[in-house]
Amino acid sequence: MSTNTWTRKDLLSIQDLSVAEINIVLDTAAAFKQVGERTIKKVPALRGKTMVNLFVEPSTRTRTSFELAAKRLSADVINIDASASSLVKGETLKDTALNLQALNADIIVIRHSAAGAPHFLAPQLRASVVNAGDGAHEHPTQALLDAFTIREKKGTIAGLKITILGDILYSRVARSNIWLLNKLGAHVTLAGPSTLLPRVFEEFGCRVTYDIEEAIADADVINLLRIQHERQRKTAFPSLGEYTAMFGLNKERFARTKPDALIMHPGPINRGVEIDSEVADCSRSVILEQVTNGLAVRMAALFLCAGGS
Amino acid sequence: MKSFLIKNGRVVDPANQVDAVRDVFIVDGQIAATAANPTVIDATGKIVTPGLIDLHVHLREPGRGDKETIETGTLCAARGGFTSVVCMPNTTPPADNNGTIAFIKQRAAAAAHVNVFPTGAITKELKGEELAPIGSLKKAGVVAITDDGRCVQNNELMRRAVQYAKMFDLPVMDHCQDYNLVADGVAHEGYWSAVLGLRGWPAIGEDMIVARNILIAELTDWYIHCQHISSAGSVALIREAKRRGVKISGEACPHHFTLTDECLKNYDANFKMNPPLRSERDRDAIIEGLADGTLECIGSDHAPHCQHEKEVEFDHAPFGILGLETELSLSLELVRKKVLTWTQLIEKFTVNPARLLRLAKGTLSVGADADVTIIDPACEWTYDVAQSASKSRNSPFHGWPLRGKAITTIVGGKIVWSE
Amino acid sequence: MNHTVIMEAPAVERALTRMAHEIVEHNPQPEQLAFIGIRTHGGPLARRLARKVGQIVGREFPVGELDISMHRDDLALRDGLPVVGVSDVSFDVTGKMIVLVDDVLFTGRTIRAALDEIADFGRPQRIQLAILVDRGHRELPIRPDYIGKNVPTAVPERVRVRLVEVDGKDEVVIEK
Repeated sequence: MSTNTWTRKDLLSIQDLSVAEINIVLDTAAAFKQVGERTIKKVPALRGKTMVNLFVEPSTRTRTSFELAAKRLSADVINIDASASSLVKGETLKDTALNLQALNADIIVIRHSAAGAPHFLAPQLRASVVNAGDGAHEHPTQALLDAFTIREKKGTIAGLKITILGDILYSRVARSNIWLLNKLGAHVTLAGPSTLLPRVFEEFGCRVTYDIEEAIADADVINLLRIQHERQRKTAFPSLGEYTAMFGLNKERFARTKPDALIMHPGPINRGVEIDSEVADCSRSVILEQVTNGLAVRMAALFLCAGGS
Repeated sequence: MKSFLIKNGRVVDPANQVDAVRDVFIVDGQIAATAANPTVIDATGKIVTPGLIDLHVHLREPGRGDKETIETGTLCAARGGFTSVVCMPNTTPPADNNGTIAFIKQRAAAAAHVNVFPTGAITKELKGEELAPIGSLKKAGVVAITDDGRCVQNNELMRRAVQYAKMFDLPVMDHCQDYNLVADGVAHEGYWSAVLGLRGWPAIGEDMIVARNILIAELTDWYIHCQHISSAGSVALIREAKRRGVKISGEACPHHFTLTDECLKNYDANFKMNPPLRSERDRDAIIEGLADGTLECIGSDHAPHCQHEKEVEFDHAPFGILGLETELSLSLELVRKKVLTWTQLIEKFTVNPARLLRLAKGTLSVGADADVTIIDPACEWTYDVAQSASKSRNSPFHGWPLRGKAITTIVGGKIVWSE
Repeated sequence: MNHTVIMEAPAVERALTRMAHEIVEHNPQPEQLAFIGIRTHGGPLARRLARKVGQIVGREFPVGELDISMHRDDLALRDGLPVVGVSDVSFDVTGKMIVLVDDVLFTGRTIRAALDEIADFGRPQRIQLAILVDRGHRELPIRPDYIGKNVPTAVPERVRVRLVEVDGKDEVVIEK
């Protein structure tokens, strides 16, 4: 039996990972994906271990995905939502985490609105820390499941033309994807309104364009980001209507994409805004497969970080 | 009171255009021409300067004695070689009334290790809406007005404040920040904020207010001092305005000429302050601004915060770092790198702030108050924040190997610190 | 290191042929037979046995492969995690008579993990165990139904099975 070369206790950011480490996660995820197809969708790999979902920034989808991943590995799961927790009473994040450690939690999956929160916690805890999204900084498992999906459909990532479209500036999904796709040799194009896509992103090795037609014309993969018009973005563009008109992947634009271009979206989708309803449901859309793959990738991440001693 | 002879040191006294090896006498708390039976302090190989002035510190009292007090803050000053500090008004309650000023002066008289010069607020409660009782504050003894911590956004109000302050011969200082441009930014808007996913604090958020201050200073023909300048744009604006004779001035903090925004990589809130650490280009512009006299003062913006307040997620941590105990050593790097001569450096801690704030300090003229700093320029030491005199521990320089430090600090003829 | 060849290619082939006949003998109604091999060497052995039994009986039997890494009982004790591979059991195991195949039987823990994993796929009617080499030193109550060769060994020794499909040739070796 060959021993895995993964040695990290935490999964905090894609930027830290080597290409070899990324491939270990993706290969392990392939094995775990198969578990979901069995009658008994459970393996005992994390039996007796306790995982805590510490979602200081709320999210039902990602939290559910991590919870199911842990349960399929036979771990015990506790969910903590910020609003219901002692964080509201003024307990610091550090104290919350130390308290969880005192209960011998083995894994803490954390989502937080402050960039760097998982990096702040990880060195202080014996438990494994998995970043489920920290502010605008990173969302490692999302990028990994996106890569898994692309690899499954296209066979490889190197050399592919991948376009990420939408609110790049405030997006942790965009950043994690940029680092991962660049490491694996893809050609990344970023597109969106100029107020949400400063030129500094060219320094990350990406092509930056404000012309959606140009961005999607020869793309092998189009990854659409959810667009929001709340407080922080109100000065960035006038309305969702204008965004949709200028940057939405509607039927007409979709017809001009390559016939085998994949359509991806981290979810939840805004039908009729960043993506037309029909486009979301078409055969080239892998949005739902991303969800299935997300489960496998998260099982792999939890197993690798916490499965051993 | 003891008499002293500081013997054989290299005396750098820009006020008197002195940079030479000579003796300094202290009698009855004043600089003297000679002394009978003085205690000898051997300053061979050391630099002897007028007591250094830090024109930007937060002493936190009244109100946040958990972070720092007048006593502990001034002890930091003494250990850092500073004999006078100018304290900011963003206390609790704020220094927008003569009662708070009286409190500060009283505490300082009772407990301070060095001279304390309070500033008063420009607006009531630092809210930027109504003028504070500036005349009353002047009578109470403030040396300048500033809303530091905050910044008056209403240009009309700022214009009136400066006009009014002129009547009382009070310089105006300003923490230059345009709230709309900056919004909830926590890190310099640039490459690193994009990588780290931190909300950006664009440089023009500072430049914009520096520009409005220049225009107001020109219109009112009065002194506006731009605090903690951090951006290349601000330096360029101030340089051009000074050339035209506008009464504008600027200061730099050691962290802005030593560190850059790359330091934020580990999300350590000990690198979080306002204005933020900026790019290499900005840092180099600050250094150039110090070299050519555009930035005439160096101040620490010593801003203590409790450990538990700083040890949190980067976004949630308060802005500010300690500075008094590392300020001199970091500034000495400018002399070592030949950016400044000894005279040019010491000017920024003596004649320049003294002139700006009309303080009878910063010289070794006979008859002046005997505030003296003795510096060992070569001593190598490591900054251990755990040994700091501050109540707080928020310094990014913990563990840094430094060269040069103040080994003796004398205030009014008394040794308040000795290594 | 000392190594001794205890079976060469012809001996391996004869053992498998004999085992195939035994399987047919003990399974008079072979319609529900299916073969599952344990990675890495159990897989090719399962395929060979399935082919031989198929030739005797005159039909094809389904073959699967198990990666038992996720079911190991020593994950928390090892110095590193195993490389996890995909199990490939594409037929429904419920109701089948499974012949579980592995190259070497030692402590029995691998077989225990395989039994657990098969249960995750469904409920076989029966599971029988076919092993090419039984080297003794059981730590669990596991016993094989079909044995290629019994080889008494000392605990620190290692028994290695090499197969054409994986290593280029058939042989069984003891390493001291």
